[in-house]
Amino acid sequence: MYEFTYQRPTSLDGAAKSFAAADDGKYLAGGMTLIPTMKQRLAQPSDLIDLGGIAELSGIRREGDELVIGATTTHAQVAASEEVRSAIPALAELANHIGDPAVRARGTIGGSIANADPAADYPAAVVGLGATVQTNTRSIAADDFFTGLFETALGDDELVTAVRFPVPARAGYAKFPNPASRYAVVGVLVSEGPGGTRVAVTGAGASVFRVADMEKALAGDFSAAAVEGISVPATGFNSDIHASGEYRAHLVTVMAKRAVAAATA
Amino acid sequence: MTDTGIGASVRRKEDYRFLTGNGRYLDDMNRPGQAHAYFLRSPHAHATFSIDTAAASKMPGVVAVYTGADIAESGMGGLICGWTITGKNGEPHKAPAHPLLALDTVRHVGDTVAVVIADTYLQAKDAAEQVAVNYKDLPAVTSVVDALGDNAPQVHGDAPGNLCYDWELGDKAATDAAFDGAHHVTKVELVNNRVVPSAMEPRAALGEYDVGSDEITLYTTSQNPHVARLVISAFIQLAPEHKLRVVAPDIGGGFGSKIFIYLEEVVTAWAARKLKRPVKWTAERSESFMTDCHGRDHVSQVELALDKDGKFLGLRVSTLANMGAYLSTFSTCVPTWLYGTLMQGQYTTGAVYCEVKAVFTHSTPVDAVRGAGRPEASYVIERVVEEAAREMNIDPAELRRRNFIPADAFPYQTQVALEYDSGDYAASMDLALDAADYQGFAKRRDASAAAGKLRGIGISSYIEACGIAPSAVVGSLGAGVGLYESAQVRFNPTGNVVVYTGSHAQGQGHETTFAQLVSDRLGVPIENVDVVHGDTAKIPFGMGTYGSRSLAVGGSAISKAMDKIIAKGKKIAAHTLEAAVEDIEFGDGNFTVAGTDKQMDIAAVAFSAYVPHNYPSDELEPGLDESAFYDPANFTFPYGTHVCEVEVDPETGVTEIVSWAAADDFGNLINPMIVEGQVHGGIVHGVGQALMESASYDETGQLLSGSYMDYSLPRADTLPEMKIMTSETPCPHNPLGVKGCGEAGAIAAPPAVMNAITNAIGTSDITMPATPEKVWRAIQSTR
Repeated sequence: MYEFTYQRPTSLDGAAKSFAAADDGKYLAGGMTLIPTMKQRLAQPSDLIDLGGIAELSGIRREGDELVIGATTTHAQVAASEEVRSAIPALAELANHIGDPAVRARGTIGGSIANADPAADYPAAVVGLGATVQTNTRSIAADDFFTGLFETALGDDELVTAVRFPVPARAGYAKFPNPASRYAVVGVLVSEGPGGTRVAVTGAGASVFRVADMEKALAGDFSAAAVEGISVPATGFNSDIHASGEYRAHLVTVMAKRAVAAATA
Repeated sequence: MTDTGIGASVRRKEDYRFLTGNGRYLDDMNRPGQAHAYFLRSPHAHATFSIDTAAASKMPGVVAVYTGADIAESGMGGLICGWTITGKNGEPHKAPAHPLLALDTVRHVGDTVAVVIADTYLQAKDAAEQVAVNYKDLPAVTSVVDALGDNAPQVHGDAPGNLCYDWELGDKAATDAAFDGAHHVTKVELVNNRVVPSAMEPRAALGEYDVGSDEITLYTTSQNPHVARLVISAFIQLAPEHKLRVVAPDIGGGFGSKIFIYLEEVVTAWAARKLKRPVKWTAERSESFMTDCHGRDHVSQVELALDKDGKFLGLRVSTLANMGAYLSTFSTCVPTWLYGTLMQGQYTTGAVYCEVKAVFTHSTPVDAVRGAGRPEASYVIERVVEEAAREMNIDPAELRRRNFIPADAFPYQTQVALEYDSGDYAASMDLALDAADYQGFAKRRDASAAAGKLRGIGISSYIEACGIAPSAVVGSLGAGVGLYESAQVRFNPTGNVVVYTGSHAQGQGHETTFAQLVSDRLGVPIENVDVVHGDTAKIPFGMGTYGSRSLAVGGSAISKAMDKIIAKGKKIAAHTLEAAVEDIEFGDGNFTVAGTDKQMDIAAVAFSAYVPHNYPSDELEPGLDESAFYDPANFTFPYGTHVCEVEVDPETGVTEIVSWAAADDFGNLINPMIVEGQVHGGIVHGVGQALMESASYDETGQLLSGSYMDYSLPRADTLPEMKIMTSETPCPHNPLGVKGCGEAGAIAAPPAVMNAITNAIGTSDITMPATPEKVWRAIQSTR
């Protein structure tokens, strides 16, 4: 790790000021990606602006037909939340299987989606549930938020403040974990709700994506059998020592089936 | 049996300090005025380079920057390999130079080109970025098969064709003849995957120099501090042996990787003297992946000849063993004398022949990892036996039973140099099969099938040669050292005891097991017995811990020293009690004049020994402090059968281990709880190799699994509750009747897992690690 200046503002305004004043500032949420990257000297920010002191960024609340989760809410808090468990149990389950207990205790939903790791779990939830990402300046629809490999629609100084999930009629998540890191080799979230029927896949490609054929099939018949015969092409899929693109493509169908089964259980 | 004596599951004495954070590991140590070293590693697998350290030397806090040229100037030699292998051609193995710091060529990712020493570690690391290394990339080869190819990149100019040696063991003509007369021949190609040792504590070293005494103290993460001192003084010639003290404090796991002498410990000690300032280094985890010696990495062609009844007539094995870029300290003996010699397995196979080509590649050096050669041998035998059973349609347990060396055939001379001393192989297999409910398997398989799952069962009947080893034997086979062990048992005047042992612990619980030996034999309360190890200034010259040898060899040395304590105590008691020495009996901590009630306890004898006011000085020396060296008469031969049952999800290829039954024979048990823990750890280690662990390189020689984000280790949910059973056939040739248990699980487990998976999926066309994708693909190939 290189030396850096640590700051811990207590308000969004303070954070923005610190960020603007820094040579090469970085916002720090849970730090589950940023800190290891810095330890490997692959990142060298001049300033780390810790968002953990900003009370309004944390917390879970129900607002009408939406579940609103503050950006610095940890995976462990989401997993344990009665509010989440009753509104969107699939989301609590997803959070409960991110990484390991240490990661869940530190990692945050805002940090996860702003980082947009192709194998992270939360992008599947944000897109699969048709959520809205709230930032310090605007609202961004899930389908517009993730734009590529570690790429989002966020501007340089823009900060995720909360994610608003419409409460679905039903939803399910199934994940094939990387045996080492427990990131998603493939994770599929399916839902039926105000935004229609959605199928979002993480882990397989450069960024989370939806599977239109499966959504169409499920809209007619929300059952595991409906997606059984639907395969996705492996073109452009991730391929590494744990899983080839072809195997990932196969797993998309299997995990989709299991996600539907979980949603209808 | 007392509640702290032999056979008691005494809670580990050392755990209080480990569990309360009071262990003293190397990185906990800091010396006044110390500087910190950062080693600059090559990012290339194969390149020539030039290096300029001028800019780095001017960076803040930098004390010194050294390169291979500085080491060459110092007159120190390079790292050595301590075991000479004589090939088929009668020539010794090729031993290319292994400089401490590379001179002009790097040969694997992680090869070391410079060391930067600075006031702080971060300063050293910052400065290292300013070392200008101009690499000229060259083609690399990491696969053992490719490295033997005609146009393969060459690792060393003085090892043509990348061949280190071509070695053989066994009677080739007799084995070929056995195949000629066979009813059936089973052939398999087996890959034994490369693993990273993954000790929890990374390697570390701290050198300190005393100007007044001209003595270097090297604190290092070593399983064998005396061996380190000997190699670093006699061969590398850092300092004379009496001017070098090596201290290995608490060690957080080794699994073999801390046996070897590494460049970092030599360089930090050398730099400490040169700079007259302590120098400390602790590996980062990425350095552990690149520079701790890896294990295994074999490709073998295996053939088993059988008669019509399934009797094994001959076994023919041809193995390619990856040595990596340089020969590590004991690397050459692992795929030879620790491998070929085990090819008899538990069976009466009439003729056995094994040949091994050791091959250099542009990869991290390969040396012993838990089991060292024996897991590879066990994998060869138990996989081919299983395949033969399937091909001949004989139940795999029954096929093994037909070929076991019978219990009344010991001592048994194998076809591959060893003489087995004892065993009852059928009994241990029966124990394991019963515990696994082998008979009920078909029913469970049908139930799994009904749920859409594939169920399989796999047997592994292993044998290992432990307690290494008789010095005369290993000397005749090319070892540069003897493999005895030392012990000193010292009574203090107040009756408590300190045991000094040449064995060293990396988590095995020696402080408890050895104290139990003393408590049991000498009648001293266990809390009054301390065990000291790991410091060449304190302990007698010892050979260290590896090859499941600490109890069988080190414990036997303690036993021998205790014989001397009792003999001496008898003299003291005879003098004090005014009786003849022959009339003194010892038991339960008391010296008694036979047939009388006259006695004194051992604490009183100890006190007398140090307050010898009326000793006849010409007949009786003061003191109660005895040392002994024990050189074993033979290897020990732990054995057993493990049975693994798996359920495979055909949709994903995920394997779940649903049950595990192990029946092992380690001879007498001193602490059954510790033994059980060692077996658990060994099985988990072996299951890791079978299911998930793999050090994989890409075509340019980059390590793809260079962190725990990509290198998978087993976790608590990888295995169910295991059924662990032991039988106790005492070893006939050591005083404790013990054999060793630390490696058994890692030897037994891989073939058990792979036999179960291949049984479940109906094809054997799959290599370790059996990752979900490989299993899924294998299943697809059957459809």
